Amino acid sequence: MDRWRWLAEFDSAEAVVEAARQLRTRGYDRLEIFSPYELEGADAALGLERPQRIARWVLVGGLVGAAAGYAIQWYADAVSFPINVGGRPLHSAPAFVPITFESGVLIGAFAAFFGLMVAAGLPSLWRPVFEVEDFERTSVDRYWLAVEASDVVSEADRARDDLAALDPLRVERVEAER
Amino acid sequence: MASAVPSRLDPLPVLRGATGDADLTDGLLAPLWNRTRRQATVWRILVLLCAGGTLWLGFAMAWTFSVGIGAWGNNIPVAWAFAITNFVWWIGIGHAGTFISAFLLLLQQGWRGSINRIAEAMTLFAVMQAGLFPILHLGRPWFFYYLVPYPATTGVWPQFRSALPWDAAAVATYFTVSLLFWYVGLVPDLAAARDRAPGLLRRRLYGIFALGWSGSARDWSRHRIAYGLMAGLATPLVISVHSIVSLDFAISSLPGWHSTIFPPYFVVGALYSGFAMVLTLVIPIRRAFGLKDVITERHLDALAKITLAMGLLITYSYICELFTAWYSASTFEQYTAFVERPFGPYAWVFWLMMSCNLLTPHLFWSARLRRTPWVLFVASLVIQVGMWTERFVIIVTSLNRDFLPSSWHFYSPTWVDWSLLFGTIGFFGLLFLLFLRFVPLVAISELKLLRDDIGGEG
Repeated sequence: MDRWRWLAEFDSAEAVVEAARQLRTRGYDRLEIFSPYELEGADAALGLERPQRIARWVLVGGLVGAAAGYAIQWYADAVSFPINVGGRPLHSAPAFVPITFESGVLIGAFAAFFGLMVAAGLPSLWRPVFEVEDFERTSVDRYWLAVEASDVVSEADRARDDLAALDPLRVERVEAER
Repeated sequence: MASAVPSRLDPLPVLRGATGDADLTDGLLAPLWNRTRRQATVWRILVLLCAGGTLWLGFAMAWTFSVGIGAWGNNIPVAWAFAITNFVWWIGIGHAGTFISAFLLLLQQGWRGSINRIAEAMTLFAVMQAGLFPILHLGRPWFFYYLVPYPATTGVWPQFRSALPWDAAAVATYFTVSLLFWYVGLVPDLAAARDRAPGLLRRRLYGIFALGWSGSARDWSRHRIAYGLMAGLATPLVISVHSIVSLDFAISSLPGWHSTIFPPYFVVGALYSGFAMVLTLVIPIRRAFGLKDVITERHLDALAKITLAMGLLITYSYICELFTAWYSASTFEQYTAFVERPFGPYAWVFWLMMSCNLLTPHLFWSARLRRTPWVLFVASLVIQVGMWTERFVIIVTSLNRDFLPSSWHFYSPTWVDWSLLFGTIGFFGLLFLLFLRFVPLVAISELKLLRDDIGGEG
């Protein structure tokens, strides 16, 4: 079954957020907003929950990185290549602290970066919405509200009519994201 | 504004001008493809100058590689001289960029949006210069990979109980994290560049780097979280980096180095020189690209205030260092602090440092001077000279006269030392000019959000 989206264009942030709120109270739950910057209230209007995945990955990445950093230092200097420097302990935990911290931060930052890439499906240079004429203005001063609809004719028509009733600049149809 | 007479407490605007979002976007992207003839000419001249400096750097590096460290003025006991001075200076400069981008993001200081991109680029390029020096300084730089723990067939591992591998890890992590953080913040603006660029080639290039950013609410939400978490990681990281750099010194037992104030003292010094460098870069950029409505007097004012605060903390650190030297009752510490530095062979460098670093920031008690670009620009250059001399004083004056007078030795730099210092300034300038030419230099999407928050006027 093909899926597609109806996109309605607005010229202000308030209008698009308000439109999303209205559609949501009417029971639409597959909504999306496209905007040039992060809109306040968009998450609430779309009913999005705070995404937890990236934060979890960063926590795990940081802990794994720190543990690995410590383990490498311990293995290198206390097990594999022990050097007696003035009788100081081979396993000197305080001396291993800086690198443990650094490796935790490094892997945590990689987890944040790749977590964002995976969660947002980047890179993906082409997206169906890019087929809409003048969608380029979304990174400048245009705001879009998208409604996903199935190809049941009655349902699709209703979605388009509901969008049109919100007084957008125009309504376009595109293929939905896979 | 309702009141006709502005009160002294009225904050200066963070953002001025009532242009639409389209004009704002095009204005901020103009340096990429819509430069005036004059901007283009000045840019070319500066690129030529900086490229010359970079070539000179390459020559000095080649000279160092082929002749060896003997080409420098280093000797025993002054085994660390210009190279480490330059290293500490450059990496310190980088710190202000992370401070502006990460600290101020976590503290929700909206005004950072106008200058954070420039400051972060400064960080990246400064850390690149810094990274050159320890490698050059190795003597056999082609063995730098010995610092990386890998299972070598020789069975040899780096010695992690020494402060030097800590330094390598800190600097490598700092560069990588700064790069990732910069790029994540840049993606939405690269998408704007993709969407506004004239010509297919530019659209494709910016399109590739924008990774297909569509600006959906779900992506913005993920972006905010990932960016915030990276800021949360970068904030303690930046504190750790210069602290670890200071441990290279503080871990030793040399008079003038062996001190527990070093980590915070170095971090403060780093931020001090870094904020000075931000001022040095921002003031000409704001003038050259007509960004006075985006980088307003408010930003200059805030930068000057932070510089003043750091200047006072540096003053405190100097006093604390002298006090500790006196209170330690160690003859060697007292000799370094009270005889060698102020009256020894490098006394003029010491007094130059004192006057540049301790007197200059007091200009910024005056609100009028904080908002006068040329005063700030000159002051920022003076502070950078002061901070370079501070690192020279810490390193060379401590080393050249240590415990035994029989091992004392004077140090003077050779032309190779000077070439490496000025060469890196050229290379830094070249990278920065390329940044100005090809990368959106202000965080456009953040400014739009800011404008939305403050209701369009400021």
